[in-house]
Amino acid sequence: MIEVGATIPSHQFDINRALLKQYADASGDQNPIHQDEAFAKSVGLPDVIAHGMLTMALAGKYISDWAGGPQNVKEFSARFTKPVIVPEGKSVDLTVSATVIEVTGAGVRLEISATSAGVKVLGMAKAFVEQGN
Amino acid sequence: MLNPDSVGRTFAGVDVITVTQEEINSFAAVIGEKNTSVAPPTFSIRISLREFESILTKPEIGLNWTRLVHGDQKFELFRPIVAGDSLTTSATIENYKIAAGNEIVTVRSDLFSGAEKVLSSWSTLVVRA
Repeated sequence: MIEVGATIPSHQFDINRALLKQYADASGDQNPIHQDEAFAKSVGLPDVIAHGMLTMALAGKYISDWAGGPQNVKEFSARFTKPVIVPEGKSVDLTVSATVIEVTGAGVRLEISATSAGVKVLGMAKAFVEQGN
Repeated sequence: MLNPDSVGRTFAGVDVITVTQEEINSFAAVIGEKNTSVAPPTFSIRISLREFESILTKPEIGLNWTRLVHGDQKFELFRPIVAGDSLTTSATIENYKIAAGNEIVTVRSDLFSGAEKVLSSWSTLVVRA
């Protein structure tokens, strides 16, 4: 029985430059701010940043796992509040957790937390999933 | 600058997009998803973002794509996308405002399989001042 207020164990994903390149190819988003450090800095960013949609895709994997599969995710939304900064040769964390905020006959609404290096990177992140769990 | 007269306009996609197992596999591999019988929940951004770029950068609409960042994103998934789906698309410019010199545009993408709506998504895109 899932109740409002229940928390879902957190999961840590690792993000590095190779993953950004892999996501760029898989998503078609080849914006150089996600691959080219000199370019990123030239437009005022501190370093290469992860695609917001990569962050969201990873959070989506976390939700899919809890929901019993990607087919059970019915709504998913997030605001990209801070960039995930990905220095050369390093791996940075994306730490995702969630809390049940609503339970209906149709499914469960989750509020999602996502941080990198302790900084909140997704805001207003929510999902509605059918209960496959 | 985006042409404000374009707000409210809907653009039908030119092409029917056939989803392949290979592109689902590639997207799933990035996030470590082993279930590739359906597409991951955010897979459709691959279709929608390309469509938004082609529409919003038309000369008569005029958005500067090179200074773009993604503000927020929402998906409503009526059924999962699967390999072999032939999807038609439409994109609607729903909202536009300027705040602190930044242009903020919200675009909706609808994906259909025949008459069935498969997915709607909303992207808020910010052109930095």
